[in-house]
Amino acid sequence: MDRLQEIRFVLNGKEASYTGSAADRLLDVLREQFRCTGVKCGCREGECGACAVLIDGLLRNSCCVAMGAVEGTSIVTIEGYRETARFAVLDRAFAQLSAVQCGFCTPGMILAAEALLSAHPHPTEEEIREGLSGNLCRCTGYNAIVNAVKSAAEEGEGLW
Amino acid sequence: MDTISQSVVKKDHGPKISGRSIYVADYPSEGVLCGRLLHSRLARARVLRVVVPELPEGYYYVDARDVPGDNNVNIVLDDMPVFCRDTVEYIGEAIGMLCGPDEKLVERLRDECRVEYEELEPVTDLRAATEAFFSYSYGHGDVDRAFAEADRVYDEEFETGYQEQAYIEPQGMMAEPEEDGRMYVHGSAQCVYYIHNALTRVLGCGPDGVRVYQDVTGGAFGGKEDFPSILGCQVAVAAHSTGKPVRCVLDRREDMECTSKRHPSICRYRAAVKGNRVTALDIDVVFDAGAYSTLSAVVLQRGIIAAPGVYNIPNVRVRGRALKTNTVPCGAYRGFGAPQTFFAVEMLMEHIARDLGLDALAFREANLVRQGDRTSTNGVYHFPVPLPAMIDEIDRACSYRKKRLEYAAEQSGRWRRGIGISLDYHGAGFTGSGERDIIKAVAKLHKYRDGTVEILASNGEIGQGVRTTFPKIVARELGLPLDRVFFCHPDTARVPDSGPTVASRSLMVVGELLRRAAIRLKAEWVNGEEQEVEEHYREPEFQLPFSLDRFEGDAYPTYAWAVTAIELEVDTWTGNAKVLGAYADFDVGTPIDLNVVTGQMEGGLLQGIGYSSVEKMDHDAAGRIRSNSFSDYLIPTAKDVPNLKCMLHVEEYPEGPYGAKGAGELPLVGVPAAYLAAMEQALGGRGLRHVPFTAEDVIGALAKEEG
Repeated sequence: MDRLQEIRFVLNGKEASYTGSAADRLLDVLREQFRCTGVKCGCREGECGACAVLIDGLLRNSCCVAMGAVEGTSIVTIEGYRETARFAVLDRAFAQLSAVQCGFCTPGMILAAEALLSAHPHPTEEEIREGLSGNLCRCTGYNAIVNAVKSAAEEGEGLW
Repeated sequence: MDTISQSVVKKDHGPKISGRSIYVADYPSEGVLCGRLLHSRLARARVLRVVVPELPEGYYYVDARDVPGDNNVNIVLDDMPVFCRDTVEYIGEAIGMLCGPDEKLVERLRDECRVEYEELEPVTDLRAATEAFFSYSYGHGDVDRAFAEADRVYDEEFETGYQEQAYIEPQGMMAEPEEDGRMYVHGSAQCVYYIHNALTRVLGCGPDGVRVYQDVTGGAFGGKEDFPSILGCQVAVAAHSTGKPVRCVLDRREDMECTSKRHPSICRYRAAVKGNRVTALDIDVVFDAGAYSTLSAVVLQRGIIAAPGVYNIPNVRVRGRALKTNTVPCGAYRGFGAPQTFFAVEMLMEHIARDLGLDALAFREANLVRQGDRTSTNGVYHFPVPLPAMIDEIDRACSYRKKRLEYAAEQSGRWRRGIGISLDYHGAGFTGSGERDIIKAVAKLHKYRDGTVEILASNGEIGQGVRTTFPKIVARELGLPLDRVFFCHPDTARVPDSGPTVASRSLMVVGELLRRAAIRLKAEWVNGEEQEVEEHYREPEFQLPFSLDRFEGDAYPTYAWAVTAIELEVDTWTGNAKVLGAYADFDVGTPIDLNVVTGQMEGGLLQGIGYSSVEKMDHDAAGRIRSNSFSDYLIPTAKDVPNLKCMLHVEEYPEGPYGAKGAGELPLVGVPAAYLAAMEQALGGRGLRHVPFTAEDVIGALAKEEG
């Protein structure tokens, strides 16, 4: 699996490359090489969503993505997304409703909300719950998060 | 509502939502050894020899021989070793730790270690267990006479399974030797002083020889009460032995298999009934403690004190045992022994009512405790018992009584509905005289020259909001804006011991110390000067001293109350049950922050629904836990219970800050009985007696009906 060529991709808007094994996990590379520690490891088998990132705009669990698969893609983690106007809207909504408790699922949850709102700028509650259903939260019971996303969709009218 | 209840933006919101918070796994790896545990693969065996592969330069193997002090992680008793002694007692017990710079290589070397065992016969079945770590009994009245004079007598047995805390951040601790010889240990934890005290024993040093800091912690729910002491001692031994920083973060499967969870239980209840009153209960509670005693003593105490439920029963006899099995040691999980016994007593009330042809809720109401009544341990309910009003509030919110009647009619279609209700309390704070005799909490306020105030307390933010609610209390008393008061994660080198972050005590007990400290600081305030005030716990004057020997007195100063109703629909073809609504009313006193309390209530309620339905974990005959991942151990997702509604009923507690009581654990406690009562109604009134009640159980119950 080892390769001689480097893997090139865009990370949070900047050109990036990786020269390790194509079989390495995106999760580990993001955390170790690029110090994107907002990408959390909760299970390492694609079940919890704490390591979710956007790859070409689609929500992906980075623990289940091999580096070889990211060649030529554009990856957004919470470290990039937090600089956006859309994040600011979600940030306010989550703050108003205290939708962050332990915080470990939150970066992944925010990116899941972004993926959802990109696809459904005016989501129904059912669509929100479906969109967040791949991201486990053990603290909140989800109501606050769902309401925050609903509120962000209203407040951020036109942004998505 | 009191202005302090108005929600604010949580102090830890910004760093958490932006991914800037540093959890223990997030510190850079440079210069830090990765530690991986070598676990026992047998439930009971003598360890004859560990053959460690040849280790490259910079890689190390450590085990019990490297423990500089005493190989005991002190929790309640001294039985849990840091690394195994000559025997292993459960699958997953730590034998040793491999450490080195490269995680993958460390894991490979760990996997290449060969352990030679002499296998011994394990006890893995709770029903076959005989060795009791703890055995208690208490009672009052004349139980035998009440049974002799009863109209009817009931005898039922109830079972509950494991529940995994399933915090999303796995357990992780890190130890760093400091230049002055002190060992700095930090990580994901609830109780820095528990870890601190355990370390002094294991490292054989004085209190100044260690320093413990709580990193940002990704959920705990009790799961990070005892285990971080164990893992903290393991990494500290490794750091001591190698002279280098060592970090060990468990992987999810390892965490699910090897760390503490809720005790499985078997509760046998005998009841004597005369008219519509329960005149006596004779209760036998058995908890599966697992292989070491850890926190089982206190879990069992809370469980048996709650065993008669919210009822005024004149004659009671309770016996409780925590039995040893060769399985993972069970520990703390939200509710701490009470969910098991409340499940049993509430289902018993349900079944007796049905047998008597009475409405289950009306039967409960006829037996309820009232303010001034004696508690199960001959203490007193000093404050109002608001359950009757709360029952009405729930009834109005979800038309409980109407639906209960409606669903009682015979149902024969594919989808069948039921609704169930349960009543419970959670004793606020440590059980018995723990606060007075053991914890003796101390909290401080430090005022800086610029007039900002720092809270110095050992309670940790674990998602429950203390970094926000503590400052709210202090800011209010001092008349300062909230941003002038701050509370960092606790570091034992800086904060006094205000006790652990457990037992729904932080806000009620330590929050009140801080309020008193703030009043004093305000009186002594001098502009431009650095000042410090300290407050010590004192037991409320009304509290009747509790004797653990006799199980007598006020086990808790006050109680938080809950009424929970669950409405569900069962698909008789697939066995799947859909929760149509989860409605709960909670009295936790004054909410110090409405959003924070609502978040706790909703989160706990959903954990309770998981416990009752899909969260099934057990072990095979060899003692191995098979449901060790989120693929096999399911927890509720955002889609599972969209209609989840919590209300608050406020009975102010005069000894808590602004009337606040304990809150965090309450919402889970009553859920299993409400869920199973709903299930029982949907399935036509058969007597169900265990949780979790899964889709397979539904199919099994229906097959019996057809068979």
